[in-house]
Amino acid sequence: MLRFIVKRFASALLVMFAISVLVFLIFFATPGVDPAARIAGRNADPATLAQVRHSFGLDRPMPIRYLLMMRHLLIDRDLESFVNRGSRVIPQIVQATPVTLSLVIGAALIWMAAGIIMGTAAAALRGKAADPLIMLVGVVGVSLPAYWLGEVVNLITQKQLHSSVFSWVPPPGYVDLSHDPGQWALHLLFPWLTLALLYAGIYARLLRGEVVSALNEDYVRTARAKGLSERRILIRHALRCSLIPIVSLFGLDFGALVGGAALLTEVVFGLPGIGKLTFDALQNLDLPVIMGTVLYAAFFVVLANALVDILYARLDPRARHA
Amino acid sequence: MPDQPLLDVRDLRVSFRTRRGSVTVVDDLSFSVSPGEILGVVGESGSGKSVSMLAVLRLLTSPNVTVEGEVRFRGRDLLTLPDKEMRAVRGREIAMVFQDPMTALTPVYTVGWQIAEQIRAHEKVSRKAAHARAVGLLSDVGIPDAASRANAYPHEFSGGMRQRAVIAMALSCGPALLIADEPTTALDVTVQAQILDLMRELNAQGSAVVLITHDMGVISQIADRVLVMYGGRAAEEGPRRAVFHGPRHPYTWGLLDSVPRVGGSRLRRLPTIAGMPVAPGSLPEGCAFAPRCRLRHERCEERPVLSIGSAGADVGSGADAHRDACWLPDDDRASLRLTSRSAATDVPDLEREATP
Repeated sequence: MLRFIVKRFASALLVMFAISVLVFLIFFATPGVDPAARIAGRNADPATLAQVRHSFGLDRPMPIRYLLMMRHLLIDRDLESFVNRGSRVIPQIVQATPVTLSLVIGAALIWMAAGIIMGTAAAALRGKAADPLIMLVGVVGVSLPAYWLGEVVNLITQKQLHSSVFSWVPPPGYVDLSHDPGQWALHLLFPWLTLALLYAGIYARLLRGEVVSALNEDYVRTARAKGLSERRILIRHALRCSLIPIVSLFGLDFGALVGGAALLTEVVFGLPGIGKLTFDALQNLDLPVIMGTVLYAAFFVVLANALVDILYARLDPRARHA
Repeated sequence: MPDQPLLDVRDLRVSFRTRRGSVTVVDDLSFSVSPGEILGVVGESGSGKSVSMLAVLRLLTSPNVTVEGEVRFRGRDLLTLPDKEMRAVRGREIAMVFQDPMTALTPVYTVGWQIAEQIRAHEKVSRKAAHARAVGLLSDVGIPDAASRANAYPHEFSGGMRQRAVIAMALSCGPALLIADEPTTALDVTVQAQILDLMRELNAQGSAVVLITHDMGVISQIADRVLVMYGGRAAEEGPRRAVFHGPRHPYTWGLLDSVPRVGGSRLRRLPTIAGMPVAPGSLPEGCAFAPRCRLRHERCEERPVLSIGSAGADVGSGADAHRDACWLPDDDRASLRLTSRSAATDVPDLEREATP
């Protein structure tokens, strides 16, 4: 198992390297625009441009340029946003990360719990009236885009009913966990629910299918022949085996969300996370920030994938030798 | 009859609701199993052997299945037993082994864990004690180094090993009846013999066994009594010796004749049963085998009942009775069988001779 983990992280590092090269090529080797202008901004004065050219080694061979960029990103961490001169990219990302993690981890807990409960219940009740009803809730959840649902939630909790039912809902924004855990949770409650609803629907539907097909497996018949209770068969056998594909999907979704895919939710609820950072950078074509967030996102997706594979091996003994 | 039957199935009928109406796959099947006896149930695919056994244990969970009749086990009717009591019967009093050992075990748990799980489902024992018993059972069924193999996952076992593990699991609570559904079909011939030995040993310890198979060879090695099924109905039933030496139903003749003989004279063509097995749902009103039978006559329009023939030295009574469901005259079955066999090999010369 340990060898497997080491091997998996080694290959993750390799993938990270490949991605960084790719990002480098996109920003520094695509023809047409002067890379110095991309870093320094289109309206930069010649002196700044010259300074950028020198510090990024734009007059030197490609491999050197790559190493210099990595140095600016990872060692000196002095890549600057060109919209807000002087504000550095890496600290911005470091600051935004806990916001995104708070949002995504909370939502993930909710959607996994809701998805597993709904999917398993629907599978156990297949053929009865409750099954299509649960699945309908799932479809509705999947069909509501986060930017629309978020705005509606805001409209209701901040305007329409704010004076009556939802007077306890704080204004959009973020409070740090270490600052005030209660306010942290209160500020994140509706963002969590909004983000979780989408995924809960997808996971419930997927899990229902997995559990239903697991219930038709021979090993479930064996479990029945052993005299186990239906509940034990459902949870310990059918659900346990059905979680394997769910976990791999979860890893991908989780990695992507932490990497910035929760952008819409963050923007709608005014949460200063990675998604919001990326959104603002995109609006201003702030390329150094975009470059930073792209690499950051890639890092989380790759990390999540590696963790999923390790978890997968824990869940499925057959995968340990692969 | 000194012994009450352990399992007594009366008029079992299993039907599936399909888009084209109700399809009966087991039709008025009656049989019984005495304590300590090995009953071989034989028939082609689709003859209803597996389904009837699954129905006995109430393992047909699809809402589209209806099971009617009576399944008396130690005096209780299993079909009307409350779910909770039925669960106590499954695994503890009646155990079942399925055909495909590859898929019969849950892939994510160790073999020892799965055996211990069954023990703990029926007895109040500690996790540790259950595991120790699982190791003992694995070693009993001939798995070397059982203590460490118990911690292996099913995919780390070979097919034969897995079937042994499944049998060990079935034996874990000392069942009075073991239903084995084609336990050797998916295995190598050498492994088959070992599994059959295991069944025999288990039987020697007092468990009755119902062995479902389509292999006449397996039946001839191990069964005390034989039930031949065709189209969801019983075609013939009797002691092994009687069925093998004096088979009475044309379908049994076909089954016996189509077994290739090692060392026998080389045939130009193996005898086969003409036609295809009858599809459930298109069963004829009369004898199910009539469409494929070379000896059918008007009477076959009428449904034959399983009954004791009027002639023959092997006719007994009760569990020893040799019954068949066929309208052919009882006294010259042997010569009829010869006629039918020569027709089955389909050699043109013989056919010309047979035609008057």
